[in-house]
Amino acid sequence: MKFLRNQLDSVKHNFEKGGKWEKYFFAYEAFETFLFSPNTTTDAKGAQIRDAIDLKRLMMTVIIAMIPCLIFGMWNVGYQHFLATGQSGSFMDAFLIGLTKTVPIIIVSYGVGLGIEFVFATIRRHPVNEGFLVTGMLIPLVMPPDIPLWQVAVATAFAVVIGKEAFGGTGMNVVNIALTARAFLYFAYPSQISGEVWTLLGDGVKPVAGYSGATPLAVAAASTGNVVNDFGAFGSGWADGIYSLKSMFLGTIPGCIGETSTLMCLIGAFILIFTGVGSWKIIVSVFAGAWGMGLFMNAVGSTPFTQLPAHYHLVMGGLAFGAVFMATDPVTAAQTETGKWIYGLLVGVFTVLIRVFNPAYPEGIMLAILLMNVFAPLIDYFVVSANKNRRLQRATV
Amino acid sequence: MSAETAVVEEVKEKKSEPLFSKKNQKLMSNPLDIDNPITVQVLGICSALAVTTQMKPAFVMSLGLTIVTASSNVAISMMRNTIPSRIRIIVQLAVVSLWVILVDQVLKAYVYDVSKQLSVFVGLIITNCIVMGRLEAFAMGNKPWPSFLDGLGNGLGYGMILMTLAVVRELFGAGSLWGFKVFATLGIPYQGNGLMLLPAGACILLGVIIWVQRTMNGYRESH
Repeated sequence: MKFLRNQLDSVKHNFEKGGKWEKYFFAYEAFETFLFSPNTTTDAKGAQIRDAIDLKRLMMTVIIAMIPCLIFGMWNVGYQHFLATGQSGSFMDAFLIGLTKTVPIIIVSYGVGLGIEFVFATIRRHPVNEGFLVTGMLIPLVMPPDIPLWQVAVATAFAVVIGKEAFGGTGMNVVNIALTARAFLYFAYPSQISGEVWTLLGDGVKPVAGYSGATPLAVAAASTGNVVNDFGAFGSGWADGIYSLKSMFLGTIPGCIGETSTLMCLIGAFILIFTGVGSWKIIVSVFAGAWGMGLFMNAVGSTPFTQLPAHYHLVMGGLAFGAVFMATDPVTAAQTETGKWIYGLLVGVFTVLIRVFNPAYPEGIMLAILLMNVFAPLIDYFVVSANKNRRLQRATV
Repeated sequence: MSAETAVVEEVKEKKSEPLFSKKNQKLMSNPLDIDNPITVQVLGICSALAVTTQMKPAFVMSLGLTIVTASSNVAISMMRNTIPSRIRIIVQLAVVSLWVILVDQVLKAYVYDVSKQLSVFVGLIITNCIVMGRLEAFAMGNKPWPSFLDGLGNGLGYGMILMTLAVVRELFGAGSLWGFKVFATLGIPYQGNGLMLLPAGACILLGVIIWVQRTMNGYRESH
């Protein structure tokens, strides 16, 4: 500690006013405040909020909430690999395979994103914000394990520059940045992020006989009879019962690194709600919207996918992950309490709608959240003006 | 206008203003930067997004629009004192459509494949906001020569943005320039970026161009 402090102090004069690297003061400051808590305090006068929670701690809470998903996801990458190639391995073997695949993606995501943050902070002469801490972890969790690293870098750069810095930096973005990165890849390089890319096979490794990389959503969309029966029949011979309701809930299915497990997402949701960081209204209403839409489809639909029992929609695909970590993003979600219900319900409704009726997009949660991000200010506007009207009627002017 | 007065006017013009005076130069150069029809006035967006996946159609489109804008500007400017103001839009449309049909026929005769690619967008020059905007805003109140320069300038300003979009989109989307496979020839493995080929990608690129331009010009939003 002392050593770090001394090192920082010895170069500090270079960054202060008049020093030779004056321009890079904020880059220096970011490192300093990352290592040591800043010693600047407000003086005794004036109104102050004395609370331990600041942006850094808020972000760290979200990252802690994501750790169950991350750990499980790493293990699941290896587990799916063993299933598909017919090998067997211990828990640690599977975890290590996932670790070697996931850590490079995390490093690239953080490296590129923070690099751009530092550049913009230096140009715009403002302190480096902590806004990227969560985004940098979310991006790897919504990628397939086999994604080329350069694509992660390009997508992260695009999302941070176009999604965030163009709008003015942390807290000013209109749409969720991690989802912007994913949407970019989805439209720019669809062959690496859609179709049967979710299971890590490895170079030159032959999958077992009868192997298919189709996800539950793909199976459901291709189904011509009873979807639940197709789920039961899928994987017979090499992974019996892989798409049962139970394993979809636990997350032992192929998918993005961090999103397969509904259980782990719920643990994350519990942490977010318990600490007051995430809005329980949004999480509950996304699930409610998807479930309600599922029931509605059952009642009026005619294709096999519409007849899928509604509760399956809640455990398939990335709905849980999106509901817990993406839709609750306080910057892009609706701000008013009534607005949060409307926002969440519509995210859920659109997710199921896109899943079932749009053959081009197998999963709907990404596009549903991005769409509702755009509409969130409008929802807030109407909630606020409805409230004004209601109060004006009561007023006796 | 009788021939006599026209001669008198010409003499006057020569005395008062050279052909490429400061003011006339501005008519040409402003639309290229601080008064660009696409990035500043935000007109003609739909064709800018639709025809810029490749350089060739984008180039032909810019050329066509430049010709139409400049020629219609001259024609309307010459007629400006005789057009009854209540029916001026329909007169303008008639003039513009004459030039558009001419351009369209030439394209069909000489570059049929490009004409097919541009499809409806050549015909839609008739209702292109830039053409109509220049007629209303400039040609109706100015002499033919400045109107010509103004039309030319706006056409080139449009073309400049179109070509910038087309170069980026074709290079990064398909890895080629004017149909020539750049990366493949250089031996660099390149995977085409699908977003660049979508209109949405062009819209984002256009936003980036506006961002860069505003930063360079020190633009501040007025409140």
